[in-house]
Amino acid sequence: MTTTDSGVELMSVNNLSFFYGTNKALSEVTMPIKKNRITSLIGPSGCGKTTLLRCFNRMHDLYPRNHYEGEIVLDGVNILDKSMDLIKLRGKIGMVFQKPTPFPMSIFDNVAYGLRLNDIGNSSVLAEKVEKALRQAALWDEVKDRLKQNAAGLSGGQQQRLSIARTLAVDPEVILLDESTSALDPVSTQKIEDLLLELKKEVTIVAVTHNMQQAARISDFTALMYIGKLVEYDETETIFARPANEITERYVTGRFG
Amino acid sequence: MKRIEKRKITNLIALSASILCAALGLALLFLILYHVLVKGLESFSLGLFTQDPAPPNRAEAGGLRSAFLGQGLLTTAAVLAGVPLGVLGGTFLAEYGRDSKFCRLLSQLCDMAVSIPSIVIGTFVYAMLVKPFGGFNGWAGATALAIIILPVVIRTTEEMMTMIPWTLREAAFALGAPYHKVITSVVWRASINGIFTGILLAIARVAGETAPLLFTSFNSSFFRFNLSGSVPSLTVSIYQYAASPYESWISLAWAAAFMVTIMVLFLNILGRVLIKLRTRG
Repeated sequence: MTTTDSGVELMSVNNLSFFYGTNKALSEVTMPIKKNRITSLIGPSGCGKTTLLRCFNRMHDLYPRNHYEGEIVLDGVNILDKSMDLIKLRGKIGMVFQKPTPFPMSIFDNVAYGLRLNDIGNSSVLAEKVEKALRQAALWDEVKDRLKQNAAGLSGGQQQRLSIARTLAVDPEVILLDESTSALDPVSTQKIEDLLLELKKEVTIVAVTHNMQQAARISDFTALMYIGKLVEYDETETIFARPANEITERYVTGRFG
Repeated sequence: MKRIEKRKITNLIALSASILCAALGLALLFLILYHVLVKGLESFSLGLFTQDPAPPNRAEAGGLRSAFLGQGLLTTAAVLAGVPLGVLGGTFLAEYGRDSKFCRLLSQLCDMAVSIPSIVIGTFVYAMLVKPFGGFNGWAGATALAIIILPVVIRTTEEMMTMIPWTLREAAFALGAPYHKVITSVVWRASINGIFTGILLAIARVAGETAPLLFTSFNSSFFRFNLSGSVPSLTVSIYQYAASPYESWISLAWAAAFMVTIMVLFLNILGRVLIKLRTRG
């Protein structure tokens, strides 16, 4: 691991390529993911940013005929290795999706879902962890009196914070966000952005976003992707103020295409 | 203007023709229901549930206690065998087999199996479980009903589970859930109402079946809590009593028809109500 002024490297993506069948969706991506920092992945639709994000928790393994080349190293282990225990990996690297995905059960059970998978049966420990996760996700005050109610009754913004709480409950090292505020109104988006800035003290965050202002507001590092390739990776300020690459400059100034 | 008038006339003709056809169909349906209800209520008495069938044209009318019990036993056994198999089969097709061509073929075969005439299933079970064992028996009857239930439950389960969006499964996978947990704790939970409705409609279907029972459990007038040997059922009772020359038996047949109709109607309405509740919630 290398230490720089701007943080410790938690994960490193080395020469990563990804194929949907024979279609190469990512080409030789190499970049670090810094610990306790927010890294944004930006770029036009179809550039491979979501594909890259879904490599980190091996979501692609759910579908047949996909394969990876290269490596992503976390704690000295290549997580793309065939022998990797995906259940353990996904406990370490959580994911929040574009649309809220409340499970058809109570608010409490939603947050407790991952904990119960890890055999935390002790009800007082469970209740404690659920409360902590809901507080971290800034949702506790809104739901503390109706934990037993079905999660489908929450508003969209609340459901998305519930998804974050559910992910936080299992104490992940990394949280992946896949355009997690794009389906929300500005007030809910603001709440989640504040939340992420708070959360990065404890976890590392990688966020895919279409919203460049958002990337500029919240992230420490930004990676711009284009047609499956990493165009530029740097500190967010540099990417937006003094980009080295012409494509980056055109993209962040909105003169793209 | 002329073209518009012409269109209006065509529309009027088409509309009246379709209203007429709908009215005719509905009228026939209500005629049957009305007849069954009136005749059935005439022959209805509490004795139906407490007495066994009596010999024809005696003072006491006799009842259908044995047929109720038999029907209950046959249906329960068929549901106990057919529903778990069907739900697990449907789950396999919807989840593990979703990318397999062979499983798509199986699912299409199930669709065909739903429309196999039930008498064919009856004769098949007769050859497998009646002839070799030397006589009509309730186990064969229950098997025939289970075979009818099976494809219906498989297909409804499969369809209800396929309707659950993949993102919900991905969210569970992303928390580190193994596939069987994702299915039992998330997908089944999300589709339970639909699956339950399918099961109810499947039961409603077998509750009215006569042909497969005629070849398998046949009929008897003994009140026995046992599926070995012939087992009476409401539908076969209707068939036999309605074809008899005795008035008291014909009256019993009406009462049985009334009860079967009420039961099937109730199950169907319950199923529809559940579907409504689900699509609203």
